[in-house]
Amino acid sequence: MIQIKELHKSYRMGSNSLHVLKGINLDIKEGEFVSIMGSSGSGKSTLLNIIGMLDEADKGSYVLDNVPIKNLSEKKAAIYRNKFLGFIFQSFNLINYKDAAENVALPLYYQGISRKIRKEKALYYLEKVGLADWAHHLPSELSGGQKQRVAIARALASEPKVLLADEPTGALDTKTSYEVMNFLQGINDEGKTILVVTHEEDIANMTKRIVMLKDGVIEKDSFVEQVRASEHV
Amino acid sequence: MFDLDRWREILQTINKNKLRTLLAGFTVTLGILIFTILFGMGNGLKNTFYESFQDDAQNTIFIFPGRTSKPFKGFKENRRIEFENEDLEFLKEKFSGRLEHITARIRKGVTAKYKNEYGNYSVRAVHPSHQYLEQTQVIKGRFINANDLKTDARVAVIGRLVEKDLFGGEDAVGEYFSMNKIVYRIVGVFKDEGSGDREERNIYTPVSTTQLIYKNTNKIDQINLMYDINIGANGARRLTKEIETELKNRFNIAPSDQNGVYLRNNIEELADTLQFAGMLQIIVIWIGIGTLFAGVIGISNIMVYIVKERTKELGIRKALGAKPSSVIGMILQETVVITLLFGYIGLIIGNFILNSMGNKLEDWFITNPSVSQGTIIGATIILVISGLIAGYIPARRAAKVKPIVALRDE
Repeated sequence: MIQIKELHKSYRMGSNSLHVLKGINLDIKEGEFVSIMGSSGSGKSTLLNIIGMLDEADKGSYVLDNVPIKNLSEKKAAIYRNKFLGFIFQSFNLINYKDAAENVALPLYYQGISRKIRKEKALYYLEKVGLADWAHHLPSELSGGQKQRVAIARALASEPKVLLADEPTGALDTKTSYEVMNFLQGINDEGKTILVVTHEEDIANMTKRIVMLKDGVIEKDSFVEQVRASEHV
Repeated sequence: MFDLDRWREILQTINKNKLRTLLAGFTVTLGILIFTILFGMGNGLKNTFYESFQDDAQNTIFIFPGRTSKPFKGFKENRRIEFENEDLEFLKEKFSGRLEHITARIRKGVTAKYKNEYGNYSVRAVHPSHQYLEQTQVIKGRFINANDLKTDARVAVIGRLVEKDLFGGEDAVGEYFSMNKIVYRIVGVFKDEGSGDREERNIYTPVSTTQLIYKNTNKIDQINLMYDINIGANGARRLTKEIETELKNRFNIAPSDQNGVYLRNNIEELADTLQFAGMLQIIVIWIGIGTLFAGVIGISNIMVYIVKERTKELGIRKALGAKPSSVIGMILQETVVITLLFGYIGLIIGNFILNSMGNKLEDWFITNPSVSQGTIIGATIILVISGLIAGYIPARRAAKVKPIVALRDE
């Protein structure tokens, strides 16, 4: 699903440049549930941004679902993001003046899907994350866990190949974090490829594979025994 | 533009962010309001100017016959040229595209008498359109009309001072009086402001009546015409030249003969008038452009601010797959909608203020300040275009927002 070879990325900070990724090699197959771990500054968010086509690598190759991702125009990138990827953010990033259903339907709007089907799909995915009753509430009327579930529903609505989650539990308490992980595990069980960036070990242990980043290189890449979140809820 | 979903998005954004929309809209309303009022005032100034030049029409050419000073085509010199009705018809047909009015004029000195009062006045036998050339203002009754000419009616339109001299304070319309012992009925009284007392001691009669009474001829003393002012000063110079050539040809006058026919026009005065009116027009237009420009900058500024405020939202939209064109389109369309809506409010308020002002500002040289239908349509088009200009820069900036920058947690 994802093949990354010799990926380099540096940021210019005034006169000196900061080499963030120093040759990353990563191969992720369909249906995997991978967590990328590392201390802050290890380059894990940069890696996720590149995978998410929100940022571009300086060197190396990146192939997503057999499509080489390189020199994309803004328009192409937007189309690929919409088609291939679903995003989940630490701070949820819901649009505050749209209700839950409208937020979930937004990526479908950019796919040019008709209003009626958008509504149906939005309700279907809200139901899936257990928030059907909250469809017409604004984000400000939802708890943190509920907001993240709306965000998950939104990420799923466009039926992407890969879900990318950047610290999805970073703003949540432990109990709510496990609930969210429970959802992600359920989605992964159905075959969806998921990539999570986290610095919390318990969250990483709920995935199936942990990639440890340190100073821009992969320090360790190992498959782990998955801890089911449902045992902790 | 006609994407229903896009409209829904925009209406929702406007609806859910009322304060922001109001702030942006207020700038536009204010801008258009000031534009309308200033433009209307400028028009008022122009109206005053035109009114003060209403006395005699300036786009006129007076044609007099003379005596030839050179022999030509077998004719001897010192031949007297005389105009007849056919000559007037000839000019009328030949230059119909550029002429607005044409009239004959015959002058006669008469002794007019009513009861025991009498006096000497000059009569002008004319066509009905003479009224437009002299800007004669009929204050009672009517002017000479086409029917008078057809029936050779013995009717007269007398000046205000003739009425005062002969009738004292009485109303002369409908009364009979005599001129050189021939009885005429008075059908109207006129005034002519700005031309002095002499003009108001004239008497108008139908040209055909006078021709019939005096020796039954077709002769006319003079042909006056008024041309379409839009041909401009140069067009008028050319027209004068062409008429002269045609007449010299018609009467077998040597082309180089200065004395066969005389043409008199006001082109130099007219050119001054046109220039001054043009200058006023330019001032008015610049006032308009200036205020509109300020309005465009105002709304552009607010749109920049709005885009900045919405950076995160636009970043989210882009992360979810919004193309740059879709972001630009959304911001542009929103700006146009706001500009049109609030601009129209400004236009309506401005028009209302202008209407209620009416002629109250006449002392400050502003007469009937108003904005024409055409200007309103033009302003609407300018509004849409300025909305597009105002929205384009922030929209492009919005499209350039990098999702990772927008989504970075503070």
